[in-house]
Amino acid sequence: MGSAAAGWLQLGLLVVALAVVHRPLGDWMARVFTAQQHWRVEKLTYRLVGVDAGAEQRWPTYLRSVLTFSLVGVLVLYALQRLQGLLPLGNGMAAVEPANAWNTAISFVTNTNWQGYAGESTMGHLVQMAGLAVQNFVSAAVGLAVLVALVRGFVRRGTDRLGNAWVDITRAVVRLLLPLAVLATVVLVLGGVVQNLRAGGDVTTLTGGSQFVPGGPVASQEAIKELGTNGGGFYNANSAHPFEGPTAWVSLFQVFLMLVIPFSLPRTFGKMVGDRTQGLAILGVMGLLAGISLALVNAFQAGALPEGQEVRFGGPLSSLFAASTTLTSTGAVNSMHDSYTPLGGMVTLFNMMLGEVAPGGVGSGLYGMLVLAVVAVFVAGLMVGRTPEYLGKKLGRREMTLASLYLLTTPAIVLTGTAIAIAVPAGQAGMLNSGPHGLSEVLYAFTSAGNNNGSAFAGLSANTPFYNTALGLAMVLGRFVPIILVVALAGKLAAQGKVPVTTGTLPTHRPLFAGLLTAVVLVVVGLTYFPVLALGPLAEGLS
Amino acid sequence: MTRQLIAGLRAVLLATVVLGLAYPLLMTGFAQVAVPGRADGSLVTSADGTVVGSSLLGQGFVSADGSPLAQYFQSRPSAGDWDGAASGGSNLGPSSSELAEAVASRRAEVASFNGVPESQVPDDAVTTSASGLDPGISPAYAAIQVERVAAARGVSPADVEALVEQATHGRDLGFIGAPGVDVLDLNLALDRAFG
Repeated sequence: MGSAAAGWLQLGLLVVALAVVHRPLGDWMARVFTAQQHWRVEKLTYRLVGVDAGAEQRWPTYLRSVLTFSLVGVLVLYALQRLQGLLPLGNGMAAVEPANAWNTAISFVTNTNWQGYAGESTMGHLVQMAGLAVQNFVSAAVGLAVLVALVRGFVRRGTDRLGNAWVDITRAVVRLLLPLAVLATVVLVLGGVVQNLRAGGDVTTLTGGSQFVPGGPVASQEAIKELGTNGGGFYNANSAHPFEGPTAWVSLFQVFLMLVIPFSLPRTFGKMVGDRTQGLAILGVMGLLAGISLALVNAFQAGALPEGQEVRFGGPLSSLFAASTTLTSTGAVNSMHDSYTPLGGMVTLFNMMLGEVAPGGVGSGLYGMLVLAVVAVFVAGLMVGRTPEYLGKKLGRREMTLASLYLLTTPAIVLTGTAIAIAVPAGQAGMLNSGPHGLSEVLYAFTSAGNNNGSAFAGLSANTPFYNTALGLAMVLGRFVPIILVVALAGKLAAQGKVPVTTGTLPTHRPLFAGLLTAVVLVVVGLTYFPVLALGPLAEGLS
Repeated sequence: MTRQLIAGLRAVLLATVVLGLAYPLLMTGFAQVAVPGRADGSLVTSADGTVVGSSLLGQGFVSADGSPLAQYFQSRPSAGDWDGAASGGSNLGPSSSELAEAVASRRAEVASFNGVPESQVPDDAVTTSASGLDPGISPAYAAIQVERVAAARGVSPADVEALVEQATHGRDLGFIGAPGVDVLDLNLALDRAFG
């Protein structure tokens, strides 16, 4: 079978699998966040944590719960890394350097998983599993909680209550992420991903040389790394490492894992707002954007040298993984994006610049897309001269202010950060490649950090005080400023009543609106980033 | 605020115990019972029973001074010298002159080492992998090495080819990924067959 035909078939299998799973999974997630009953293990959790699960929170309280939980997460993860030398299962590795430890703590709590370090030479097993992997679970749960708060904002009428953040986070873990991670681990282990507690050691190779063979509880971390759209590799080479991605079908399964929750959430959304077609419209936009992106990566990578690619994956699966990891907020890689053709690499960059909404990270992708939908409705309202409404909620000045700020936040972080980095010597020093490709490396780093993706044009030497600090800042602002705006928007929406549907209401479940939303996404992002893309990958690709 | 902080701390600690210890340890227990060989990294042994590496990890089949050994099939170039403690790629972009020079010189070396024209040298033979530990080479790269290995071992090319075929895997399920030849497995088989 030819490479192209095989590429189409593996894409077909992926699409069919997602189509089959998104219904039951989407419906299940809707039940998770609307069910009245607490499970016994959840009640125990609430008692141990010391929260009243029955108390509904106003939006500022909901937000405070999410933010303090994340803040404590950063502190604990920082402490774990700094104390690594004193704790068991450290594999003899010393404490992580302070700047790197901060950067890494922020990186995993913000669901970014940017890695300024090489896993196999920096992190012992304890930090990997009890530190990094824990945040892989809970940062995804936080994303889901924020999304659910926003959806409740659309659903509820005349209330100042958005639900309980502790309940939403707990349920996301107990009823969704943990069971799925266990299933995924079983599959990965059977596929050859390693899962042991060995520190690793040297073996004498066939020709009498010496090779270090690493160990580690990799499969259990790999499972949640993809499911939670986190992306931080156990080893430096991430899912390209044969112990993380031993075979092609395992790699394809990993692509499925990173897409399955984000592509199922529109169904959850439709179910929760009581109109499945609203979810379908959103799903259609996500699918269309993802399809275009994937086609472009494949087209631009056709005939490229396999530099930075693994033989067992081949070109099409490498491109599929690259598109999926940047369309979601995962950032895992099974090939090295820095070695992609200029235009192929540009598409992965553009995917992140879209704000990772097609389908985006767990929770964060859909809340980003819903904010864009709010903007699209507003634009349509301006065109026909009507007060914009979405899902029965009026989009007035306050709502639009919050949505607009949301759209401006990430580009401001990315472009300001890139500009500073290429202007100061400490920033220029990190580039591996020169000229436009060097700019692309820096732009990719800030785009990845600001959008909480975590993949890299890995030639950039980012484990320096400058980049650890600057990218750490970009990750914090890129995660929490949007979260603040979204929860505030949810609060404003929930407080409103419901506007009745009239003949003048814009139907937001029809192809016309889906097309408008797609255009809004592309135009807003295109105009924001075109100048810098022209200086980087476009200049390189056209020269 | 203090109440929230305390709740946050308790929640993170509880998550650490359940998700950070219980979950990975139980999964490790399952893996070690169900598929111990795979869970430990698919280690392979030579004829005398000593562990010589992992069938998943590529290694260099070179002499102590780094020159390729004619009696073994050669892996792809590695950006990290096949060091299992430093996985990763070159990260050189396609417009990099360093990459262009490296590819050109490798192409010349591989061609002369195997006695084939440069046009027959496949791209995977002259580019570094993503992991630096790629266990596989393309069937095309294996094909141009058969004559050389057979000559170095003083055996017929047909016998070597038969072993190459055994070490070749197609696409998973016929359509996932790309076909390849597992180099360490192949070289072990060569040693077993021809000593």
